[in-house]
Amino acid sequence: MNIHEYQGKSLLSQYGVAVQRGLLAETAEEAVRAATQIQEQTGTGWWVVKAQVHAGGRGKGGGIKLAKSMDQVRDLSSQILGMQLVTPQTGAAGKTVHSVLIAEDVYAPGPSPTQEFYMSVLLDRAKGGFVMVYSPEGGMDIEEVAEKHPEKIYREWIDPTIGFQAYQARRVALNLGLKGQAFKEMVSFCQNLVKAFEGVEASLFEINPVLKTSDDRILAVDAKVNIDDNALMRVPAISKMHDPREEDPTELKAASFNLNYVKLDGNVGCMVNGAGLAMATMDMIQLSGGSPANFLDVGGTASAERVAQAFNIILEDPNVKAILVNIFGGIVRCDRVANGIIEACRTIGDLRVPLIVRLQGTNAVEAKSLLEASGLPIRAAVTLEDAATAVAAALA
Amino acid sequence: MSILVNSSSRILVQGFTGSEGTFHASQMIEYGTCVVGGVTPGKGGTEHLGLPVFDDMLSAVKATSANVSIIFVPPAFAGDAIMEAADAGVPLIVCITEGIPTSDMVRAAAMVQRRGSRLIGPNCPGIITPGQAKVGIMPGFVFKSGRIGIVSKSGTLTYEAADQVVKAGLGISTAIGIGGDPVIGTSTRQALELFMQDPETDGVIMIGEIGGGMEAEAARWLRDAGNPKPVVGFIAGQTAPPGRRMGHAGAIVGGKDDTAEAKMRIMSECGIHVVASPADIGKAMADLLRG
Repeated sequence: MNIHEYQGKSLLSQYGVAVQRGLLAETAEEAVRAATQIQEQTGTGWWVVKAQVHAGGRGKGGGIKLAKSMDQVRDLSSQILGMQLVTPQTGAAGKTVHSVLIAEDVYAPGPSPTQEFYMSVLLDRAKGGFVMVYSPEGGMDIEEVAEKHPEKIYREWIDPTIGFQAYQARRVALNLGLKGQAFKEMVSFCQNLVKAFEGVEASLFEINPVLKTSDDRILAVDAKVNIDDNALMRVPAISKMHDPREEDPTELKAASFNLNYVKLDGNVGCMVNGAGLAMATMDMIQLSGGSPANFLDVGGTASAERVAQAFNIILEDPNVKAILVNIFGGIVRCDRVANGIIEACRTIGDLRVPLIVRLQGTNAVEAKSLLEASGLPIRAAVTLEDAATAVAAALA
Repeated sequence: MSILVNSSSRILVQGFTGSEGTFHASQMIEYGTCVVGGVTPGKGGTEHLGLPVFDDMLSAVKATSANVSIIFVPPAFAGDAIMEAADAGVPLIVCITEGIPTSDMVRAAAMVQRRGSRLIGPNCPGIITPGQAKVGIMPGFVFKSGRIGIVSKSGTLTYEAADQVVKAGLGISTAIGIGGDPVIGTSTRQALELFMQDPETDGVIMIGEIGGGMEAEAARWLRDAGNPKPVVGFIAGQTAPPGRRMGHAGAIVGGKDDTAEAKMRIMSECGIHVVASPADIGKAMADLLRG
């Protein structure tokens, strides 16, 4: 589950990680009030107005602006609030900005120059454990750093049985070239960051940039925080941070039916049992000359009610020109699935697009005759090859 | 011979009396698998499906001499169940449960490794050696006995592949579903290694998906081992957009190296016969064996 920057920062602070301070605002008036409060708390004379959407690259899309006066806080906030923010990660449609974070300016000059670093904590799948990845090249796109200067990316693996150790935190601070107070601050920053990661059951922390201020403090200026979906039951307070406005409405509806659905931009809808077979079916649709309109894993039980829910979800997408059902009936018998499909079609009435049903496995032949005898406009198939041909024919 | 499980495997079911455990244990018994009992904490001393129920793995293993455990415990407790099986010295642990928190799996996988057990899964359909033992949730009738090994991250796609293999006139030595989670016990390479050493396996079907580097690792290992047996490969998710999770917790494109395209390229370069369509898996294997 993704959460907003302001939510991520509040979680980090709970674990003692120093963050750039800020307050959330949903209107320009609230933004001005927030700016006043932040000024009282921190003494800042400038503010950063930051769009709160689940997407990286907000600065590039004009979603992060520096305000040097209260008037600018008001103007920039009203510009950013309500805008369709387009970043390299949002797609062309962009994302509506519902709120902004009014944050203190942490780049003020002082005794020593400011420095930006990159830091993340994530799963290293190859090692089956978590790793802290960091670089002295902060504030930049980390994939670009990895490509141009792989030697500037460092890693500290977290041993699952002993945990992140103090010597590792010191190594991070050394590799980042820190000395004196900043060195000490970085050591506790890293230790607290890992504690936070474990405490909130995160699957990803990406802090870009981590800032060394001109007075040698270490701060998280941004916070991209993802929580492990499988662990949400253990962190109920965090699961309440979910912002449904950030999700595709059809995907939300599918989730409420416990259907695993991802919207794509193709023209052939599909309903499949099993995630691997669902992806393979999408690939097959493409090889047949179409393009998949969705991923949909209907799971083990393809009852009439579930099939009807799945069809309704698929049909919400106006781009859908055909539907392919691909079920490998193992323990679920194909004739039962066929009856479920027939009943669902009768409930919905007019499907408006051709329906191709491929049922394979237990009682596949009986299922095919049931579908054909139903009088419904269903093209029944048994092999994958046959189904692919039927998809191509439906689109022609 | 086959690999991992056979007619002398003695199986304990963890989460035996729950609905999933009950259903699949009876299916396994019906298939002819030697299930010797199960564990449900608090129900020790009772009988279920005509077999003894134990409170914990240690006493269950002691009483039954089991050498395999299969886990149907709910996600919040499954990591603990894996560790309990490893602690009891069970050499092969198969975890079917989907949705285990990653932090639990990181700990459990590390412990299993330290104890020298082998873990298959989690979030997998299990293992089947046709005609001998079904330690999983797959439909047994699809898997006819033969000399082709299958290693796959997915459930129904494994059944699809097995069905095609059988329809192409071949059969299966052992099929292993290694699971679709980001942290799993046995990798594609490890499964491939077992098949390469098995004298009763002539060829292997390797089914992967987007996300992670397991298929590339397996392919490079195979090349370095001199491609001892023919391998047909398929990668699901050629049309999956980057950054979106496709059902399986591990099926997500994170960078340019874990796309289906990149994996297929590396596999081809390493001498694996890669098919683009899932409809061609069985046929490709038959063609390869004919030479």
